[in-house]
Amino acid sequence: MLLIRCPYCEEERPELEFRNAGEAHIARSTNMAGESDDDFEKFFFIRSNPKGVIYERWRHMHGCARFFNAVRDTVTDKFFMTYKAGEPKPAKLPGVAK
Amino acid sequence: MSGAFRIPGAGRLKQAKTARFSFDGQAYAGVEGDTLASALLANGVHLVGRSFKYHRPRGFLSAGAEEPNALVQIARDDARKTPNVRATVQELYDGLAAQSQNRWPSLAFDVGAVNDIASPLFSAGFYYKTFMWPKAAWKSLYEPKIRAAAGLGVSPDRPDPDHYSARFAHCDVLVLGGGAAGIAAALAAAETGASVMLADEQPEFGGSLRFETGARIDGQDGFAWAQGAIAKLKAMANVRVLARTTAFGYYAQNFVGLVERVSDHLQNPGRELARERLWQVRAKHVVLATGAIERHMVFADNDRPGIMLASAARTYLNHYGVAVGKNVGVYTANDSAYAAAIDLKKAGVNVAAIVDLRDNPTGPVIDEARALGIEINFGRAVVRAGGKLRVNSMTVQPKNGGGERTIPVDAILMSAGWTPSVHLFSQSRGKVAFNDETKRFVPGTYAQDCVSVGACNGTDGLSATIDEAYAAGAKAAKDAGAKAAKGSKPKVDAGESWSRGMLGAAPGAGPDTTVKAFVDFQNDVTAKDIRQAVHEGMHSIEHVKRFTTNGMATDQGKTSNMHGLAIAAETLGKPIPQVGLTTFRAPYTPVTFGSIVGHARGPLFDPTRRTAIHPWAEAQGAVFEDVGQWKRAWYFPKGGEDMHAAVDRECVGVRKTAGLFDASTLGKIEVVGPDAAKFMELLYTNPWEKLEPGRCRYGIMLREDGFIYDDGVVGRLAPDRFHVTTTTGGAPRVMHHMEDYLQTEFPHLNVWLSSITEQWAVIAVQGPKSRDIIAPLVEGIDMSDEALPHMSVREGKICGVPTRLFRMSFTGERGFEVNVPADYGQAVWEALWAEGQKHGAVAYGTETMHVLRAEKGYIIVGQDTDGTVTPNDAGLDWAVGKKKADFVGIRGLARPDLVAKGRKQLVGLKTKDPKVVLEEGAQIVADPKQAIPMKMIGHVTSSYWSENCGRSIALALVAGGRDRMGETLYVPMPNGVIEVEVTGMVFFDEKGERLNG
Amino acid sequence: MAKAATKTNASAMSSSAERRSALAGRSVSATGVRLEVMPPAERISLRAPEASVAALSKALGVTLPTKPKTSATKAGRTALWLGPDEWLVIDEAGKDPLADCAKVTALHSAVGISHRNVAFCVTGPAAAAAINGGCPQDLSLEVFPVGAASRTILGKSEIVLLRSAADAFRVECWRSFSDYVFTLLSEAASDAAA
Repeated sequence: MLLIRCPYCEEERPELEFRNAGEAHIARSTNMAGESDDDFEKFFFIRSNPKGVIYERWRHMHGCARFFNAVRDTVTDKFFMTYKAGEPKPAKLPGVAK
Repeated sequence: MSGAFRIPGAGRLKQAKTARFSFDGQAYAGVEGDTLASALLANGVHLVGRSFKYHRPRGFLSAGAEEPNALVQIARDDARKTPNVRATVQELYDGLAAQSQNRWPSLAFDVGAVNDIASPLFSAGFYYKTFMWPKAAWKSLYEPKIRAAAGLGVSPDRPDPDHYSARFAHCDVLVLGGGAAGIAAALAAAETGASVMLADEQPEFGGSLRFETGARIDGQDGFAWAQGAIAKLKAMANVRVLARTTAFGYYAQNFVGLVERVSDHLQNPGRELARERLWQVRAKHVVLATGAIERHMVFADNDRPGIMLASAARTYLNHYGVAVGKNVGVYTANDSAYAAAIDLKKAGVNVAAIVDLRDNPTGPVIDEARALGIEINFGRAVVRAGGKLRVNSMTVQPKNGGGERTIPVDAILMSAGWTPSVHLFSQSRGKVAFNDETKRFVPGTYAQDCVSVGACNGTDGLSATIDEAYAAGAKAAKDAGAKAAKGSKPKVDAGESWSRGMLGAAPGAGPDTTVKAFVDFQNDVTAKDIRQAVHEGMHSIEHVKRFTTNGMATDQGKTSNMHGLAIAAETLGKPIPQVGLTTFRAPYTPVTFGSIVGHARGPLFDPTRRTAIHPWAEAQGAVFEDVGQWKRAWYFPKGGEDMHAAVDRECVGVRKTAGLFDASTLGKIEVVGPDAAKFMELLYTNPWEKLEPGRCRYGIMLREDGFIYDDGVVGRLAPDRFHVTTTTGGAPRVMHHMEDYLQTEFPHLNVWLSSITEQWAVIAVQGPKSRDIIAPLVEGIDMSDEALPHMSVREGKICGVPTRLFRMSFTGERGFEVNVPADYGQAVWEALWAEGQKHGAVAYGTETMHVLRAEKGYIIVGQDTDGTVTPNDAGLDWAVGKKKADFVGIRGLARPDLVAKGRKQLVGLKTKDPKVVLEEGAQIVADPKQAIPMKMIGHVTSSYWSENCGRSIALALVAGGRDRMGETLYVPMPNGVIEVEVTGMVFFDEKGERLNG
Repeated sequence: MAKAATKTNASAMSSSAERRSALAGRSVSATGVRLEVMPPAERISLRAPEASVAALSKALGVTLPTKPKTSATKAGRTALWLGPDEWLVIDEAGKDPLADCAKVTALHSAVGISHRNVAFCVTGPAAAAAINGGCPQDLSLEVFPVGAASRTILGKSEIVLLRSAADAFRVECWRSFSDYVFTLLSEAASDAAA
């Protein structure tokens, strides 16, 4: 069972309190009705499913109930960081060179 | 006397406390503190099982958890039969009854042993090769037969009457393994005040101190020191000491699973005691002090009962006071077996000879053995063991060949060296490293906050072990935030130390031989099998493992992995580290299902949710159905009615007078805030801004892909407050879906969502007399059609308590849904029921609800829709706001496939024979005479007998359905084809006049 | 007909419907733990942005906590921080927090949930161990001190947990989960002294 730091509760909590909510930073268009078929396909169906670093959404379902973002390594399950919903994708990951 | 092989004065057990037990029906006596293994050995019993594949007689290899052979069945009663119990772990209690396994008709004469004679047929990969064809025979013939022949014990066929407990725990330092290293680490950590947990799989702490005679710590015998240290730790408030507790799994972020065996060792465990307790521990730091496991020598017939690990023989002698024979031989490739020979010799057991593969080893133990007059043979190998049901000789030969000599023995103690127990380290995703000098894998790169100390870290010698462990314990505590240790490090006065040894097959079992030299006892894998696997093309150790099944038995290769690897490496001509070690996986030792299930069985398997009105329905004799976790009243049979009779009566009753229905399980969400209407506009297809407070609207919710996700009636209580209802099953996911959009896509909206599903009990009163039933109880609400038209909502009081009274209908009749605070639900229901009785109203359940709504063509999301149905498909286009600029699903609805012609549309079906009721899910075809496979153009989604219509009715999704009105279609069934006519979806009161009737 | 139906019936109005709380009066004792169902209380789910906290605190008579996992209690009224804009307000003094919030003009959402929840009181030296029979949070006093409050999990049910004293917790769950939560806590309590 993973420990996940909730950026709203400001502490690590057991995974049982959380629910994964898929890939992060996929913004819904402000002009949804005007989206092209291709753009809609990218928005709704296409996901990166990387081996390695993933930016994903979690919800502290049985805690503060907030959605937030996390950066996780899909190979080791290690979280690099978590941050609040709406905050930009971090330019640099803590503990990662480059 | 507790056995002829019990040596007076030896061991630590109190001889006075005897325990009677039986093995294969034969009565024996042991003493309290014995394991089943030590008690049997005390009685001279070595033969305890038959091997898995060849049915060879087997005895005890070890005195611990690594035991591959001595698996027995223990039955307390008919329901408590546990197969595959390691006799070396099972503690004796008075009355214990054990049975051997995998033999028929008896242990000494086993018909299956013919497999041993026919063994050339059963070489590595035999099952894969032989039973490949025909494929169908695998399931029906080969597998059942093989399983029956192999069979490791019999599982009980009754529910487990025991209960199992579970606990989450947190600590600063978790120490796994309670030998000298673990105790020293725990002491150091505990003295800082840090919270410490210390677990060991044995009933007594001490690890190898249980058999080592040469250890002295703080001026005491090593084992006595361990007991004193444990007593001290137990007395500390910040320490939890867990005996009989196995750490079976090491997971991410220092999450470790432990199973504590609470009552398996007790004669009469009270029912209040759990059988096992699962500890799920989150530790800031973990100290691994898991020790090392001795390896056997790989030589011909090394599996004969009486042949065991040298350390096991020492444990039986020094801890249990049992001699494993009267005339023992020793076969070794390292020093530690000498200590066993010395201890046994001193206890009065004849040591026939020590056979040492090494050429000219020197050292104090060798000198001591020699001084005791024990014959020592260097540079020689045991090439064969004699005897069948018990070893009776060992045949010795110079290791480079030469004359053989057979020495009579009744036991052989062997040691090929010690394998560090890196299982948990490896499970933690740490990478092991091969030490070429000592020929062992030790912890290399760490992946988690843990540290290995002592033998599992490849540290030799008691003094070095205690130094390392004490420092590690102190550091772990400090890293967890504790202060420096206040205590003092245990002082080692004397200790034992062994290293080195050999890996792989011994001389006499080499590539040029065909002998049965066992590597993996439990899965009957020999050195020859491993070589054969390599010859047949398995070049990865993972392939060798799976082809031979080496290390894949319940002991997970604790004694066999390194030998197997060495033989594979030798055959491949590669160094060991290049061949690599197989991955260790949880569990370390087998774990019962019970301990994993824990509390989650019976009523605690899953929450059973009941409404506030449930007790009334139960008292009325309602039959309930499961809807998700809810129990819902399905129908209310009266006077011996069957379901159909009850449902017919309920259906007619509602439309004739009125019916009461418990709708409390409907999901309810209160949407509050100045932007509530804006939010509703985005989440539902319908327009909401112009809905007047006090009015309701049927809403449809889509997913972004344009398919129907949920539906329900929504009431606007105030400009900034909506009372939203969802389907019963959809409540949690709809809330999640709404929160997702609110928090992440529309966070600028000032609106909040609160679940009120359980705040309100909901009583639907439907039927022409519904208003007459409700009105006398209502206060402050004008119930006239003008003031309270269909699809409106008012707040007021009923029976003196607050209500949100909805005028709405899921039956097509005049109807109401009375919401009252849940604790008042039953009393208000009873008051309404009493009023209803004056009019002849009925109580109805979910089945009648389904029939009545189908008569009106109202859909049920999840039954008439399946996640691929659009509002248009369902005939609900009217509910999609055409002028809206945005809502979830607006773009999805415009996808080419969703606007294409010929989509499946929801329609009504009437069978040509009105008495025939279609089966839900039945497929529909246009031409029943076409060739098979037929083209299926749709399926039945809902189908009922409608007593009100006097015929069967059905809803179906049919390709281009709305263009097929009046067409005849066909439903092919096993008993013939059913003719149906495509109709509209409304079967009753097509004009909808009864809503105000 | 319509006319008759609009008349109120005086006799039905005179007495209020009987309140039947889930598991009312139930309790269990085990070594080191006592588990009791608590009497009904007034509750609201309160949602508000930061700017409204002061006004709402004043109206409620208890300062809404803004630090995660904390609570504040005053005069029988407890406000539990559940999320950055969410509080569970429990009134055990028989006063109505919903009415108090209704007077506040500052932006907020107050929803009555008095009947939604059932509360249990778990007390005794083994209380934390009993709750840890199904709750994965660290309940040591250092990490979950007196006054700490959190929504979390107990087995397969969501709960709200409040530590009211070193050896006393309040466990709240939804009404229909109360059977499950009571049974699980009872079973865990019987094993908690170990």
